[in-house]
Amino acid sequence: MSKQINVALIGNPNTGKTSVFNALTGLNQKVGNYPGITVEKKEGICKLPRGVKAHIIDLPGTYSLNASSLDENVVIELLLNKNDKDFPNIAVVVSDVENLKRNLLIFTQIKDLEIPTILVINMADRMSYKGISLDIEYLEKELDTKIALISTRKNEGIDKLKELVSNYKEISTSACINPADIDKEYFSNLKKTFPNQLLYKLWLVITQDVNFGKTDRNQIDAVADFKTKSKGDLKRLQQKETIKRYQFINNALKKGQTIDASQAKDLRSKLDRVLTHKVWGYVIFFVILLTIFQAIYDWSGVPMDFIDGVFASLSEWLKNQLPSGAFTDLLAEGIIPGLGGIVIFIPQIAFLFLFIAILEESGYMSRVVFLMDRVMRKFGLSGKSVVPLISGTACAIPAIMVTRNIESWKERLITILVTPFTTCSARLPVYLIIIALVIPEGRFFGLSYQALTLMLLYLIGFGSAVISAYILNKVLKIRNKTFFVVEMPNYKLPMFKNVAITVLEKTKSFVFGAGKIILAISIVLWFLASYGPGEQFNNAEEIIKTEYASQNLNEGEIQNKIASHKLEHSFIGITGRAIEPAIRPLGYDWKIGIAIVSSFAAREVFVGTLATIYSVGNDDEETIKNRMAAEKNTMLGGPLFTLASGISLLLFYAFAMQCMSTLAVVKRETNSWKWPTLQLIIMTAIAYITALIAFQFLK
Amino acid sequence: MQDTLAHLKRGEQGIITDVSSIHIPLKLLEMGCLPGNSVKLVQLAPFQDPMYLNINGTHLAIRKETAMHILIEKIDE
Repeated sequence: MSKQINVALIGNPNTGKTSVFNALTGLNQKVGNYPGITVEKKEGICKLPRGVKAHIIDLPGTYSLNASSLDENVVIELLLNKNDKDFPNIAVVVSDVENLKRNLLIFTQIKDLEIPTILVINMADRMSYKGISLDIEYLEKELDTKIALISTRKNEGIDKLKELVSNYKEISTSACINPADIDKEYFSNLKKTFPNQLLYKLWLVITQDVNFGKTDRNQIDAVADFKTKSKGDLKRLQQKETIKRYQFINNALKKGQTIDASQAKDLRSKLDRVLTHKVWGYVIFFVILLTIFQAIYDWSGVPMDFIDGVFASLSEWLKNQLPSGAFTDLLAEGIIPGLGGIVIFIPQIAFLFLFIAILEESGYMSRVVFLMDRVMRKFGLSGKSVVPLISGTACAIPAIMVTRNIESWKERLITILVTPFTTCSARLPVYLIIIALVIPEGRFFGLSYQALTLMLLYLIGFGSAVISAYILNKVLKIRNKTFFVVEMPNYKLPMFKNVAITVLEKTKSFVFGAGKIILAISIVLWFLASYGPGEQFNNAEEIIKTEYASQNLNEGEIQNKIASHKLEHSFIGITGRAIEPAIRPLGYDWKIGIAIVSSFAAREVFVGTLATIYSVGNDDEETIKNRMAAEKNTMLGGPLFTLASGISLLLFYAFAMQCMSTLAVVKRETNSWKWPTLQLIIMTAIAYITALIAFQFLK
Repeated sequence: MQDTLAHLKRGEQGIITDVSSIHIPLKLLEMGCLPGNSVKLVQLAPFQDPMYLNINGTHLAIRKETAMHILIEKIDE
């Protein structure tokens, strides 16, 4: 078997590196995580000429080998560890044609590690548009490498690239910069101490704060002596190195590249004048948001109903097909609805990421970050927190997944922790039914009280997110070297293939990442609701049949009564009763208690559970509403759902962390149970206290 | 007094003269913010912060707190 060629794709963000990866591998790729961290690892297989195969890793985008984020650490860790199974036979540095100079910096760094390195110049289709011409032959000679001029948009030059990769053995590995030119004394001392080591590699080991492969461990200890230079001194040397590299690059480009600025058509400044305008910039952003938000609501409604229906009929079908018994129940009532509970989120996740990918690809997202940074910074957030917070109004799960591009861990963590306060669409069914029940129908300046209440709830959600961010920023002691450098890329038309692959990836990562935990908790909740101790549960059927024997109930009504009686005496029912003393002061009885416990799976389950408890056959909103309106408060007399208890419930659902799927995603993104646990405790506490105050005040 | 990047007004240009402050992230230098390179202030967000710059052809945004440490010489048009 011929060995695969290991290829590492490296490059700046916004160079179309991922497009090159997609062009090489097609759908032949998989996305995972690097062990222990939440940095995405993308790899794929590419068929080269003459039956050879290449294993391609798409490394996170980085401007240089001097790492400043987890993502960038991954790049150096791989390039410095010859024993890594993914250590590249050839490095492919992807550059875009307009920013060749800046992109060449990392090229010279990688070449200095004596790894065979070739250069891909992408977006060649924009050359004439920007008045750029390149002397490829001259550049190949000056940079001592091979260059592929390609256009992923027009699918040109990919074959040339494949050809170059398959001939990786012919690529030169000589260095661009001699480290001795940076500081003679320092580097000659280094050379004396480690005569057999590559100087640039040692230099990286000294300056970078990352994990290196086991083989390099011994070196690190010895190298520690060379860290004695102060941080400032090391940094000065790094600056000098950067200047040296740019001298080398400028030298090569002086003759190899000519730019005729008069030929350039400047779409950027025209668009920027409007899109980053003090007033219009915000107006446009707001309009785009509203459109996205509306689309997520409207477009996902239909597929979500469809998914709901499919899983419901699948359960039904299984129940009829399989012999009745515990296993069938587990499958039809536990596992299938559990899976349904995962799949139901797919439309919202897919639509959100569709829009995000388009905004990201087009270059607009950087403008939003620019516009919002100052405002968000006041609350310990970053310009990049805006998108997650807004997306949270559809669903917190994809919103939390979007936080990945926030470099500062503190800002990212705060964003993750406060996002679930925003009013997600799962709160809506609960809000709607309670508002319909307790808020009077009058109007205030033409606006109905009910609509105003709903709007107020959205404002409460957003407000509490921002306020808690402010508090967390003061409380959390995270050492954090935060700096803000955002590239403002050119505006581009998004490429369909890239957008489609992003949507596919994010959806998969939700289904297989958080999905597992959601399924497990659903099964546990199902078990607790379907089994119970003692006579009352086991003999529910006989008890109900004797009790209602005199009344002439039809079969359906009897079944509903049985289901209701069973739920009341199941483990969950017992829990609901057990917590009654605790929720009494909020104005709830044990039935609402059961609904709260079971809606921990997902908020919208609240309505369904009440339907079962009140033995309403299906969860038809009108019937439940009438049944709820008729419910009496056994302690205080009068109806159970009053303005006081209604407001109390609304506030409880506004603040409580009643969503295990979100907790699962937080666990996945923070890689620890600490944060989701804290989130659960604190949010539930806030919910309890506000609901308590509201009820006691209003009753 | 020495001008810094933070003193630039919209549309104004300068030449970077010194970036040796330790408050300037290396990443910024690597993106081309080096002595001798030209810099133009393209746009300011409200409250004059962050700043949208064109440094030698690279477009980027940085916060004012960083811009304060980058010394420049203004070019009069």
